[in-house]
Amino acid sequence: MMLAQLKRAWHITVKDMRTYYLKPPLISWGMLFPALMVLAFYLRDPSDIRAVVPGLIGMTALFGATSMEAVVIAFEKRIGAMERLLMAPVSPAALVVGKAASGALFGTATGCLVWAVSSLVWGLPLAVGGVVLTVLLGSVTFSLLGVLVSLLVREVFDAMTLSNFFRFPMVFLCGVFAPLAAMTPALRVVASALPLTYTVDALRHLLLDGTGAYFSFGVDMGISAVFAIVLYLAALKLMYDRLEDLI
Amino acid sequence: MLAIRTEGLTRNYGSLCAVDHLDLAISQGELFAFLGPNGAGKTTTIRVLAGLIRPTAGAAFVDGLEVSRNLLQVKARVGVVPERSNLYSELSLRDNLIFIGKLYGLPRSQWRPRADELLEEYGLAGRADSPFGALSAGMKRRLTIAAALVHRPSILFLDEPTPGLDVQSARSLRAAIGALRARGVTIFLTTHLIAEAERLCDRVGIIVEGKLIALDTPAALCAQCQGESALELVIPSPTETLLSALRRSAQITSLSHAGDSLHLSVRSVDSALRDVVMITQQYGARIEAIHTANPSLEDAFVQLTGIAVEALQSSKTPNTRGSRG
Repeated sequence: MMLAQLKRAWHITVKDMRTYYLKPPLISWGMLFPALMVLAFYLRDPSDIRAVVPGLIGMTALFGATSMEAVVIAFEKRIGAMERLLMAPVSPAALVVGKAASGALFGTATGCLVWAVSSLVWGLPLAVGGVVLTVLLGSVTFSLLGVLVSLLVREVFDAMTLSNFFRFPMVFLCGVFAPLAAMTPALRVVASALPLTYTVDALRHLLLDGTGAYFSFGVDMGISAVFAIVLYLAALKLMYDRLEDLI
Repeated sequence: MLAIRTEGLTRNYGSLCAVDHLDLAISQGELFAFLGPNGAGKTTTIRVLAGLIRPTAGAAFVDGLEVSRNLLQVKARVGVVPERSNLYSELSLRDNLIFIGKLYGLPRSQWRPRADELLEEYGLAGRADSPFGALSAGMKRRLTIAAALVHRPSILFLDEPTPGLDVQSARSLRAAIGALRARGVTIFLTTHLIAEAERLCDRVGIIVEGKLIALDTPAALCAQCQGESALELVIPSPTETLLSALRRSAQITSLSHAGDSLHLSVRSVDSALRDVVMITQQYGARIEAIHTANPSLEDAFVQLTGIAVEALQSSKTPNTRGSRG
């Protein structure tokens, strides 16, 4: 039964990737925006670019994972396609997994692309397994955050607005551009409540030999996993609560 | 064995009671129509029976399973054709059907053959690789029906299957519904088109404001129109003033018209004929043909509900958004 539901979740993931992953919001927010940020930082100070690569990878994964995921449920509700999914024998749990997995895979792919290019150009370590696992775990968390946003709103535009409401503060508060140690204690408290912090921190361990990292690698991965579980449960609860609104 | 059963089924939306203590029993292989105006509770009933929404009170059973306790099992056994043709615009017709097959757990070896079989059956094989979004309304409707049949359900719910279709598409859809019935599929359809219900269905339930007010075969419902007769007239280009004058006649209980053809339910043919001739002369109109007719389901509907047929037809326009009907 569970395997059958997981298969259905996977089919939803594949369908979402085929259907939506060349749409304008994903190209502009999920690919162009992170690419422009990388270029801007490189042009500002080419010698310092290595220090911000972990943050750029994390930010790229964040935007890649959330750009479509934050709007896809609101969009499918508007065109009636959510009703189509709810008519089928697919459990809400499988539906959340299926929807979140496409964003997570896209976030992982774009984040890892930035890492691969950075490694080739600037000679960063090729810690393949660790980086992929870290970016994947982060992307799962970000994608679930996107699903939550999509379930909270009624219209696609509301989803875009609400997702930027949490994405941009995260970019500036999670150690993307400056290490956590350089922040004030109050900002560090805020940063420690945001999932991107731990992805970027873990990547600092893997790519910069711990330079600028604040937590241990184990703490980073552990808290990222806790974020993923809590956000999945929150998304599932919201999915159950809002099932009838999705038709 | 009963395919569908409801016991005191009630569904509220806030203070609005959309379905009010509905008791239904539909046999396997039966073609049942739910007839009523917009907002009567037809769509809500289908959504409860298909496990899309939960009842506020009462219970619904499909294939002997209580719906709200066996959601996934019920969903696997029924097919639903929603009012909106809501497949994926970007996917091709074949890929849409294959995706539905995957969602319903069809074995991999059947995905493509089943999709191609349905595309052939519904006359869409030539467009198999076209995106769904590029189809005409009639073709979209046909594919939406095909999508509901991918997993070979024993029960099919059709929510307003024909509005918005051209005459030929509507006719071919009715033929498809007839073919499904011949195969033993239980069909529960909602419609506001009285002729459609009368032509297609074994039994008709009339629902108004959430309450089931009549339930029987079309013939038995017509027979309930005791004391009623009907006149069919042909009057070229009848004016609104003429139609209003005819409606004011005490002998005419209801009037509907389509182009030059008028259908009148009357208390007495003799008296009504005198009124009709007098009024048409008074307004300078010409009667080209006239004949008496047996009471139709339309007459029964008007007598049972007190709702004018025009109000029923105009209450529903083809739309692209869902409704709580």
